[in-house]
Amino acid sequence: MIFRTFLFALPFMSLSVFAGWDDVNMSPGATALGQEIFGLHMTIFWICFAIGVAVLGAMAFILFRYRKKEGVEAAKFDDSTFLEFTWTILFALILIGMSIPATITMIRAYDDTEGDINILITGHQWKWQYEYIEDEVSFFSNLSTSLDERNNLAPKGENYLLEVDEHLVIPTGARIRFLITANDVIHSWWVPDFAIKQDAIPGFVNTGWTQVNEPGIFRGQCTELCGQYHGYMPIVVEAVSPEEYKEFIIQKKEAKLQQAALTEKLWTTEELMAMGEGVYQKNCVACHQVNGEGLAPVFPALAGSDIVMNDKARQIEILMEGVQGAAMQSYAEQLTEVEIAAVITYTKRSWGNDVNGNGEIVAPKEILDYKTNKL
Amino acid sequence: MSAVIESHHDDHHHGPAKGFSRWLYTTNHKDIGSLYLWFSFIMLFVGGAMAMVIRAELFEPGSQIVSPEFYNQMVTNHGLIMVFGVIMPAFVGLANWMIPMQIGAPDMALPRLNNLSFWILPAAFGVLLSTFLMEGGAPNFGWTFYAPLSTEYAPPTVTFFIFSVHIMGASSIMGSINIITTILNMRAPGMTLMKMPLFVWSWLITAYLLIAVMPVLAGAVTMMLMDIHFGTSFFNAAGGGDPVLFQHVFWFFGHPEVYIMILPAFGIISHIIETFSRKPIFGYSSMVYAIASIALLSFVVWAHHMFTVGMPIAGELFFMYSTMLIAIPTGVKVFNWLSTMFRGSLTFETPMLFAIAFVALFTIGGLSGLMLAIAPADFQYHDTYFVVAHFHYVLVPGALFSIVAAVYYWLPKWTGYMYDEVLGKTHFWLSFISVNLTFFPMHFVGLAGMPRRIPDYAMQFADYNMIVSVGAFLFGLSQLLFLFNVLKCVYYGKSATAEVWEGAKGKGLEWTVDSPAPYHTFETSPDLTKPQTNS
Repeated sequence: MIFRTFLFALPFMSLSVFAGWDDVNMSPGATALGQEIFGLHMTIFWICFAIGVAVLGAMAFILFRYRKKEGVEAAKFDDSTFLEFTWTILFALILIGMSIPATITMIRAYDDTEGDINILITGHQWKWQYEYIEDEVSFFSNLSTSLDERNNLAPKGENYLLEVDEHLVIPTGARIRFLITANDVIHSWWVPDFAIKQDAIPGFVNTGWTQVNEPGIFRGQCTELCGQYHGYMPIVVEAVSPEEYKEFIIQKKEAKLQQAALTEKLWTTEELMAMGEGVYQKNCVACHQVNGEGLAPVFPALAGSDIVMNDKARQIEILMEGVQGAAMQSYAEQLTEVEIAAVITYTKRSWGNDVNGNGEIVAPKEILDYKTNKL
Repeated sequence: MSAVIESHHDDHHHGPAKGFSRWLYTTNHKDIGSLYLWFSFIMLFVGGAMAMVIRAELFEPGSQIVSPEFYNQMVTNHGLIMVFGVIMPAFVGLANWMIPMQIGAPDMALPRLNNLSFWILPAAFGVLLSTFLMEGGAPNFGWTFYAPLSTEYAPPTVTFFIFSVHIMGASSIMGSINIITTILNMRAPGMTLMKMPLFVWSWLITAYLLIAVMPVLAGAVTMMLMDIHFGTSFFNAAGGGDPVLFQHVFWFFGHPEVYIMILPAFGIISHIIETFSRKPIFGYSSMVYAIASIALLSFVVWAHHMFTVGMPIAGELFFMYSTMLIAIPTGVKVFNWLSTMFRGSLTFETPMLFAIAFVALFTIGGLSGLMLAIAPADFQYHDTYFVVAHFHYVLVPGALFSIVAAVYYWLPKWTGYMYDEVLGKTHFWLSFISVNLTFFPMHFVGLAGMPRRIPDYAMQFADYNMIVSVGAFLFGLSQLLFLFNVLKCVYYGKSATAEVWEGAKGKGLEWTVDSPAPYHTFETSPDLTKPQTNS
C-alpha cells in the first residue's frame, strides 16, 4: 500500500507545487506531424499508465492481504500453465494494439519528398549553419546568451541558453525540407514543436521536414554530445508570413553585397579593433578564452603566441584553412573578410601582444587577396 | 571427491593464509567473491561521488562548480565506472560466492583464472582513473564514446581508455568462461539443468552473453585505436569511413550488455521473493525460458538506440517491433513474481523490501522502456532526460537494488552474523524515497525537452532539477548507512543460524551449510538423487 501511495503521490504532489502541464509533458506540437506524434505519445502513455496502475495495484493488494498471519499457512502451488498462457497472449495483444498506430505515424514521419524550400543544416562545434539551397543564402547561428548570464554575474533572461543571434527564418504554409549534416563530430538537430530530431553526422545527409501554418518562434537544442559546449548550441526557428520571408531573403542577399563593398573601404585601427572585439567574443572565447590564455592542452593561448605576435601570414592561413587534426576550424565561410581582418588585428593588439610583438594591423583587403590568390 | 579421500587428508585441510598475500594469491571462490564485492563497493562510492558533482553542477541554472569540459569527464566516467566497475563486478562477486554453494560444488572450476580475472580489474580502473591526472584530462565523450568525438576529437588520454576497456573485457571473458565451466561440470549429482536455482540459470545465460559481446566491444575500441594511431578510417567520413558503423558495433555489444546488468538480478529477486513468501517460485520453467528469450532477443534490438541516425524505415520498424517483443518475457517475469507472493505468507525483512521495490520500480522502468521502443515517439524522447530516467530506473532500483538485496540476504551466510535489521530498514526507506525523488522528475524534464549530457539548462527545467539534485544527495548519503551496516555486521553482528531465514527451508543448498559457510564447502557433493532430509 505504502508503495502505491508513494509512487503515485510523488508526481502529483510535485504537479500541484509547480507550474502547468507544459513543464512535465511533451510539446503538443506546432505542426500536423508534431501533433500526431504527441497524440501517439499520449496513447502509449495512457496504456502504460493503466498497466502500471494494474500491476502495482495488484502488488499492493497482495502485499497487504497475504502478509504473514498467525495460523495461516502459505499455499503450495507453483505453476499454472493456463494462467501463464493467458497472460502471454494478453501481452501480445496489447503490443499489437500499440504497434498499429506507431507504424502509421512512422510512415508519415518518413515522407522524404522534396520541399518547397530546402535548407541544408550543418552542425559545427558549437554552432549551426543554415544554407537556403534555392536562394544561395547562408549564415551561422550562434548562442547569444552572454557569458555574464552563464557565470551568474547577470540575471538570466527568459530564454536563457535558448537564444541565438540569427534565427532560422521559414515561411508559413510551405513544405520545408531540412537536409542535415555535420562538419566535425556528430550533432543532433531537435525542435520539439516540430517533432524533428535528426542526427547531424559527418559524411551523411539526413532529412526531416515540416510545415508550419501559424507564425511563431520555436526553440530547440543540440541533442547529441558533441564536445564541451554541447549544451550551448541552441536552435531558434522563426516562422513568418511568406511576404516577410521574401523580405528576409532579400535583406540577406543585400547584406552579402554590402559586405563586399566594406572590404574595399579604408578601415581605421579603432574601427577594426572595435569590430574585432565583437567577433572575438562571439566566435573565439569559447576556446581561446576572454583573456586569450586558451585552455591547455587542447586550445592554445593567443596571448604571447609567436604566430599571433609576429607571423601575420601564418595566422591568416590558420583562420582561413583551420588546423588539421585540431579543434580549430576554417572561418573562411563563417566570417567575412572584414571580420577576419578585424579579429586578427584584435588578437595582435590585445593582452600585451602589441608590446611584445609587432602589433600590425591587417586590412580586409589582405584577406581578400589571400582568397583571390588561392583561386 | 569421494568421502574416502577426505577422511585421510585432514592435514591438507587448511584455512585461509594470513595477511595481504591471502587476498593476492587466493584461489578460493569465497575470497574472490568478497574481493569482487568490496571492489565494486568502493567503485560505487567513486562513481557516486562523480554523480554528486554532476548533480551539484545541475542544482541551479548557470555555471556552478565545474567547467563544461570537466562536467563531460564526470558524466563519462560516472557511466563507465557504474557499468563496468560496480554492477558487473558485483554480480560476478555474487556468482563467485553463490554458484558453487548453490550447485553443491567445492569451488569454481578454474580457480587460478578466477584470481587473474579479479586482479586485472583494479589495474583496468587504475589506468582509467589515472587519466584524470594526465594532460588533456580524462575521457569526455560519454560512456557510449561515439566516434568521431572519441577518435579525431578526443583528448590524448583516449588511448589509456581503450587499454582499460580491453582489460575489463578480458576480465569479463575469463570470469564468464569460469562460470560456464563450473555450472556445466560441477553440479551435484541429481541437479539437472531444470533443477538449478534461478540465480545459477540467470548467470549461465549472462555468461554466454558476455562471451558473445565482449569481443565485439574489443573490436570497436581496437578500430578506434587504429583510427587514432595507425591512419585507418573505420569511423572517419573524410577517409571513406562510417561514423554510424561505430554505433552499430557499439550497440551490438551495448544492448546485450544492458541485459548482462539485469539478468542476474532476476535470479536474485526470484530467490528472495520465494523465501520471504514461504512458497516455491511460481512458474520456474517459464522463468528460465523468459530469461533465455530476453537474452536471445537482446541480439536483434540494438538499433533502437539509434532511431535518429537516419535508418531506412524498414530498419526503424524492425527494431521497433523486436524491441516491443521483449515486453512479453519481461511481463511474464513480473507476473510470476506477483503470483509467487499471491497466497504466500509474507514478511518484510530488508532483503524482501529491496526485492519488492525492485519489482515495482523495475516495472516503471520497463514501461518507460516500452514507450521508448515506439520509434516515432522516440524521436521526441531520444537523448533527453526521459532516457536518463528510464535507464536509471532499471539500473539503480533495478540492478543496484537487487545487489543490495542479495547482500542483505546472503550476508549472514557469508559472515555468520546478522546485520542490524533496524538500520537495514532505515537504509531501505531512505534509499527508496530518495531514488524516486532523484529519478522520477527526470521523466518530466525529459518530456519537457531537456537534453541529456548538458552542464547547464534553460530556466523552465530549474525546479525539477533542484528536486533531482536533493534526491541524489540524499541517495548518496543513504548508501553510507549501507556501508556502516555491513561493517557493523562483520564486526559486531549477532550470530546467525545455518538457515538464517525462517522461509529459507528447502530453498537451496546454501542454507544446508553452516553460517558462516566453511572456507571449503561441499568437499563431498551432496547427492540430490536421494530424498533430502531438510526439504
